[in-house]
Amino acid sequence: MLKRLISSREALLVGAIAVLLVLISSRFPGFVAPSNLANVFNDTSPLILLAIGQMIVILTKCIDLSVAANLALTGMVVSMVNVVAPDLPIVVILVIATGLGTLLGMFNGILVWKLAIPPIVVTLGTMTIFRGFIFLLSDGKWVNSHEMSEGFKAFPRAEVLGLPVLSWIAIIAVILFSVVMARTTLGRAFYAAGGNPHAATYAGINVGRTQFWAFTISGALAGLTGYLWVSRFAVAYVDIAGGFELDVVAACVIGGVSIMGGIGTVVGALLGALFLGIIKNALPVVDISPFWQLAISGAAIIIAVALNAQANRKKGRIILKRAEHAT
Amino acid sequence: MLKQTDRPVPPSGLTDGPAVLALDGITKTFPGVKALSDVSLALYPGKVTALVGENGAGKSTVVKILTGIYQPDGGAILMDGQRAAFPAPQAAARSGVTAIHQETVLFDELSVAENIFLGHAPRGAFGLIDRKAMVAQARGILDGIGAQIDPDHKLKDLGIANKHLVAIARALSIDARVVIMDEPTAALSHKEIEELYELVESLKAQGKAILFISHKFDEIFRIADNYTVFRDGQLIGDGSIGDVTEADLVKMMVGRDVSQIFPKRTSRPGAPVLTVTGYAHPTEFEDIGFTLRTGEILGFYGLVGAGRSEFMQSLFGITRPSAGSVEIDGVAVHIASPADAVENGIVYVPEDRGRQGAILDLPIFQNVTLPSLGRISGRGFMRLAEEFKLAREYTERLDLRAASLDTHVGNLSGGNQQKVVIAKWLATQPKVIILDEPTKGVDIGSKAAVHAFMAELAAQGLAVVMVSSEIPEVLGMSDRVIVMREGRIVAELAGPEMTPETLVRHAAGI
Repeated sequence: MLKRLISSREALLVGAIAVLLVLISSRFPGFVAPSNLANVFNDTSPLILLAIGQMIVILTKCIDLSVAANLALTGMVVSMVNVVAPDLPIVVILVIATGLGTLLGMFNGILVWKLAIPPIVVTLGTMTIFRGFIFLLSDGKWVNSHEMSEGFKAFPRAEVLGLPVLSWIAIIAVILFSVVMARTTLGRAFYAAGGNPHAATYAGINVGRTQFWAFTISGALAGLTGYLWVSRFAVAYVDIAGGFELDVVAACVIGGVSIMGGIGTVVGALLGALFLGIIKNALPVVDISPFWQLAISGAAIIIAVALNAQANRKKGRIILKRAEHAT
Repeated sequence: MLKQTDRPVPPSGLTDGPAVLALDGITKTFPGVKALSDVSLALYPGKVTALVGENGAGKSTVVKILTGIYQPDGGAILMDGQRAAFPAPQAAARSGVTAIHQETVLFDELSVAENIFLGHAPRGAFGLIDRKAMVAQARGILDGIGAQIDPDHKLKDLGIANKHLVAIARALSIDARVVIMDEPTAALSHKEIEELYELVESLKAQGKAILFISHKFDEIFRIADNYTVFRDGQLIGDGSIGDVTEADLVKMMVGRDVSQIFPKRTSRPGAPVLTVTGYAHPTEFEDIGFTLRTGEILGFYGLVGAGRSEFMQSLFGITRPSAGSVEIDGVAVHIASPADAVENGIVYVPEDRGRQGAILDLPIFQNVTLPSLGRISGRGFMRLAEEFKLAREYTERLDLRAASLDTHVGNLSGGNQQKVVIAKWLATQPKVIILDEPTKGVDIGSKAAVHAFMAELAAQGLAVVMVSSEIPEVLGMSDRVIVMREGRIVAELAGPEMTPETLVRHAAGI
């Protein structure tokens, strides 16, 4: 079980992250202090949440480019709800955020499933639509820190057992979805539908419906992250998390999720997100100009993917009798 | 394996002139399969040569060698008696060899004229395409074959028959000396076929050599001058069409030892398990009905495109029938999806096992249990211990050799992948198993194993439907055979009626 959980691809990524941390600590020892690493993890939590959803979508041979817009729209909606009804319990806010995100994800899923529109087209469209909605709702105005209630802002920062709630949510999501992917029929269907849609169909799996559920999960996580994002940064406006969907896809790809579908793990998405998060957090502290920072994170993505592609190279079939027994 | 003719050189005395294009002792091998073995073929100016053979006899391979798509492993291509080589399709075209393919290879979004001249369009100033000249020439060619098609129309606006005429026009747009027609009438109506015959006559009058591939004997006897028969990639006979009868050709096509390697079985058909009545689809098949009993192997024979696989896919819930009903054990069932079919005990092992069979990125055990997940899970959660037990049971039953059930299927050999696919379906504990071309692309040794396994399944009381295009297999394995042609059942044969000749006769409609 453990062996299957951490296959060689994940181990490779853990190694890469370790090397990265050693390099950074040689110039800035403080970076690897436990408290700073906890900060980095907390900072990366939104990326982890979205990467898990995106991983599932990519598994089924789709892509969800609307996650950041979904996040921004849900964030704006809950902020405005908070302005109107500051005393609403946080639980209700969480339900609204997750519920709205789920609906937006379902909308993507329905278009992909029932109308058979290519996912990249669907989510490019809904990405723009969602952003447009934010503008319509807010008239382009910001919801600022002073308009939000204290409880609304405090929730993701509240510390439980030494870690902020935001981090705990990411940890719970990782565990929850690891179980879903490994132990449920739906999780198995995600792998089957992306690995070989024809064979999956013949095995009685409805590929379209499976893709619908992938988009739904991605949407739910994006919605949840929407609230966490606006409350953490204490601001909501049209352009929050602009371009963040590309970071999310990059995290998946770094994490060994095959863009062709059928290959990927929750742990991989987590490690991919952490890799990206560490680079983004470390570059400013080691005093590198912002322009170089962009170029370096871009290069890191390409190097990671190139390494992955090498690892994924077909090793050839096992035809020799002795090779058959060696595996 | 009998060998009637073994001629190193094309027969002489068929015609007066020398052959424009000849194949001499051509051999072509694909991994594991010898597609052509020392075959010869000669095409003469102003003559139509019919190439006849069963599915898999090597006809398409010959076409691909003549048009430069495949390179022969041995033997020579002779053009006017001179050795020639067609290293690429363009080389064949330059030598005046052109083909009208079975499935038309055209571009929907381009205009008719662009389709006709793609790759060899007339050039004007600066090497740019001279559109005016191209359209004018296209119109000339289309008029020449009596097609009323505007060269400026987009191809996608044309009907299937007109598309076919465009394909013919394309073939004639190079200065062709040899025209290959690979089942050109398959998609045409009766009237259009008549027009095609006229076209063939006019090509003959222009002195072009024509290779005509067809399954339809009436056509062959109507327009061919010579015939060549292939079987199992070997030349069986050739000569003038006037010297043979239909019966002679059928005999040459199929005449072989049928009682070769098939397992002996005493069939004891039991109670009816599957009854299909009036199954129909708007475009693919109609009025399909039969009864299948436990312990029985029912063969489905027909030419490629007779609608057998299409019907099976519909029975399995992949496509929706427009009419018809299915009964399992005497109870009417509704099958709207493959999941329904598996639920009701029908499984389908598709022909294209690579594409439709296994999921290569998943480990063996997950592949095996995929269609049975419902049985080994509760409330959407899988019981992993049960899953492993199920996978182990069926992989052991099939003697699948892999160190671990965790091995990804993509890492297995072809034979073992096949076992995974079969284990997967047996694990659903079906009542009816549909095997579509179970031995296609399988080497001789493994074929015997597959046949023995089928016999064992039937002996255990499973009802087996076998779709096969190989006559020996159909005759050697089946208790009964249903023959389909053009989407309909044309015959149901049993006992002494099951002979190669009757099968071919019904399948080809003669």
